[in-house]
Amino acid sequence: MPAGPTYEPIATQTLGSDAASVTFSSIPSTYTDLVLVSDYRLNTGDNFLILRFNSDTGSNYSFTNLYGEGTAAASDRSSNQTSARIGFYGSAQSNSIVSIMNYSNATTYKTAVSRDNTNTYVVSRVNLWRSTSAINSIVITTASPNITSGSTFTLYGIKAA
Amino acid sequence: MSPVLGIIASQNYVRIPPTAFESIATVSLTSSAASVDFTSIPSTYQHLQLRIFAHTDRASDNNGYGSFRVNSDSGSNYSWHQLYGDGSSAGGGAGTNQTLIPLNAFGGNSNSAFGVSIIDFLDYADANKYKTTRCLNGLDYNGGGEVNVISGNWRSTSAITSINIVRGFAVNNWVAGSVFALYGIKG
Repeated sequence: MPAGPTYEPIATQTLGSDAASVTFSSIPSTYTDLVLVSDYRLNTGDNFLILRFNSDTGSNYSFTNLYGEGTAAASDRSSNQTSARIGFYGSAQSNSIVSIMNYSNATTYKTAVSRDNTNTYVVSRVNLWRSTSAINSIVITTASPNITSGSTFTLYGIKAA
Repeated sequence: MSPVLGIIASQNYVRIPPTAFESIATVSLTSSAASVDFTSIPSTYQHLQLRIFAHTDRASDNNGYGSFRVNSDSGSNYSWHQLYGDGSSAGGGAGTNQTLIPLNAFGGNSNSAFGVSIIDFLDYADANKYKTTRCLNGLDYNGGGEVNVISGNWRSTSAITSINIVRGFAVNNWVAGSVFALYGIKG
């Protein structure tokens, strides 16, 4: 039977000024899943956020997108990337909710699903990180612009019974 | 620990306080299994959320598929709609008078990737309405992938008291390492 709350905030970062990246480090391994909730804007617009686990910059990421921009739905994907993807092209306030599943197990690759909303796109996505390491840090950054002041990033942990 | 205004249950839509989300039961497979059952689900929550991280033993294929039914109802009382993307094109699908609701893509024997499905059962204990579910599913195996958004309907006013997760076409088992976790969300 339930033993109390199992969906807990781990940390929140609110940018007081524009920044190139946001980092969550020393993530405890005591949860089953992680959920990263981001509400952000980029200062040059029309770009997206990228995400790396455990500072891994190798070509160990891949993702598949399903998206709509007001006409027909579409899908694309990329293999052997140096980062995972969150968000999508947008020039206004955007949000993203990423579930990183079974993040602390040391035997399987890691899969994350997300929903992203921008002023021009709605996106569902799956990211794969081909590593069996437990995730203990997450870096959120961009290809070139900065993340604007006021953007918020909250990491939650979900603990299964 | 920073203060927060609330969390967003599953992927979107409803902001709830963190204390409203409780673990009901979890099945972590240490050996292969053909199905996973959650029984005696209490009716004391407003909604349920089922979070699945799983891989199948479907032979010679990258994708394995799964489905679920509730309350052991194997009648043709389910329907569903689906929006999908496979990395090159997007499309839709639907099924009426079905005996199951799909959970869609999980890894098969040709890769090592685990697929994810997050399913919400809204007002699952309400005895006055049919039940509607929503699912976000994704599998990527670095070479291919699938994203699915699926709505499901069970034409019954009975409270949901059990969930049966079954293997899909050409799948023999869910493999060890698969995790099925059921949560309750208070109103």
